[in-house]
Amino acid sequence: MELRELQGYAYFFMTIFLVVMLYGYIIHLYRSEKKGEKDYEKYGNIALDDEIDSKPIEKNPKLSKEKEGANK
Amino acid sequence: MQSNAALEYDYSVAKLFTYTTILFGIIGMLVGTLIAAQLAFPQLNYLIGEYGTFSRLRPLHTDVVVYGFMLSGIWATFYYVGQRVLKVSMAESKFLMFMGKFHFYLYFVGALIAVVTLLLGITTSKEYAEFEWPIDLVVVVIWVSWGISLFGLIGIRREKSLYISMWYYIAAFLGVAMLYLFNNMEVPTYFVSGGIGSIMHSVSMYAGTNDALVQWWFGHNAVGFVFTVAIIAMIYYFLPKESGQAVYSYKLSLLSFWGLMFVYLWAGGHHLIWSTVPDWMQTMGSVFSVVLILPSWGSAINMLLTMKGEWNQLTENPLIKLMVLASTFYMLSTIEGPIQSIKSVNAIAHFTDWIPGHVHDGVLGWVVFMIMAALFHMAPRMFKREIYSKKLIEIQFWIQTTAIVLYFTSMWIAGITQGMMWRAVDEYGNLMYSFIDTVAILHPYYVIRAVSGVLYLAGFLLFAYNMVKTMTSSKAISEEPTNKTPMAA
Repeated sequence: MELRELQGYAYFFMTIFLVVMLYGYIIHLYRSEKKGEKDYEKYGNIALDDEIDSKPIEKNPKLSKEKEGANK
Repeated sequence: MQSNAALEYDYSVAKLFTYTTILFGIIGMLVGTLIAAQLAFPQLNYLIGEYGTFSRLRPLHTDVVVYGFMLSGIWATFYYVGQRVLKVSMAESKFLMFMGKFHFYLYFVGALIAVVTLLLGITTSKEYAEFEWPIDLVVVVIWVSWGISLFGLIGIRREKSLYISMWYYIAAFLGVAMLYLFNNMEVPTYFVSGGIGSIMHSVSMYAGTNDALVQWWFGHNAVGFVFTVAIIAMIYYFLPKESGQAVYSYKLSLLSFWGLMFVYLWAGGHHLIWSTVPDWMQTMGSVFSVVLILPSWGSAINMLLTMKGEWNQLTENPLIKLMVLASTFYMLSTIEGPIQSIKSVNAIAHFTDWIPGHVHDGVLGWVVFMIMAALFHMAPRMFKREIYSKKLIEIQFWIQTTAIVLYFTSMWIAGITQGMMWRAVDEYGNLMYSFIDTVAILHPYYVIRAVSGVLYLAGFLLFAYNMVKTMTSSKAISEEPTNKTPMAA
């Protein structure tokens, strides 16, 4: 098999692989929301409620007590 | 932090970058307008000797608008948005504050050196990668200091999830870092030759077609990760915040993000269609460019749908108008690009004025409108004063929209005319026109473009004036506005 032919096959299967990955991701997003595992849409509120003393949508668990500060 | 009553977001670095956005915007667009006029009236090339020629000023225009104006705008918004969506203040970390300021001052000095060297004609001659090797080294330090600020801020965040804008800022950081490093692999000739020639001079590590491939892999994706990715980061924050509407579909924003990341990096080959690169690579560039419509329109439609049920804001709030128009121009230029990448269309479009036409409906309509809207949104929050004049924004909007339409329509006509004339043959197969025939025919369109440049620059000066007045003498506001930006009539 010539190098160019090999590149052609690699290109074709790579494309298929990426398309499957991307569609898989859509299914993953909708399925996990349907199952109630995750609510993606709530993250949209991060931009709207963005004061320094606003309650985080999801609190960072690694945050030290001292820094939790304004938005306990 | 013992008492959190006084804890506030610290915008000192965002303010510094806001100033340079305005400064480099004026310089870059002024030079752009001058070189547009030079193409219509060549005698304008000789105003200030060698320093005023088209060949010296063209890279100055592109580099000042891209790496001066746009990067400043991106960083001004990053140092603003980053704190807010992570719910952490830069004032909480002395180190991050130092890094932010270090980032700014090194960038400003680096930018000034870059401007001087370009004017002196010190260049690698690679488009958008003209800076010689010592400046490239400084750029790396500037970029790394942004990275430290970016990931440092993420490291001390209160909000666990990274808002979609942060994903886009991270992608812009990583994408440009990778592209810049690979494309600027260069050999300083002075050192390898044992002291011959200029110490500033270098040659690319790649040769011939390989160099072209790496260059356009970089060139196209520099567009992708500076003009697109970082600007999407802005619109995902500023449009929802200004309108008070959460992004229409967060899931679509995630999908578009990964779609863009997968596809963008493969599309650069479309700059080399009908050149000496392997045919399969040209086809790949073409196919991926067409596929790129999906994630691009995914983001743009998501933005337009965010305004669902709230379209009245378009008439009431000029910032919404700027952002909606930006989003619309994003759609226009991301459908136009793929059309130009189709091989048969590219046979006409390549090397013609349709290409700068395409770039400019993207940058003037999408990038600059979005950056201006972002700075207008930020100004009252940073300077605690309302916007100086709503009316000036309205006037500016219409002057600049007219300018964009004049720019891209004249270049569409010029480009297609040029492409057709280059290809035209008589019944014996001889070329019907010489190059100068096309130049003569294109003159009116070049004049229209120069006029559109003057209009656009005038609009930008109105923006700069409005911003300066907002910072210095507008009415003070006591409370930070939640959504709609306050502005005097």
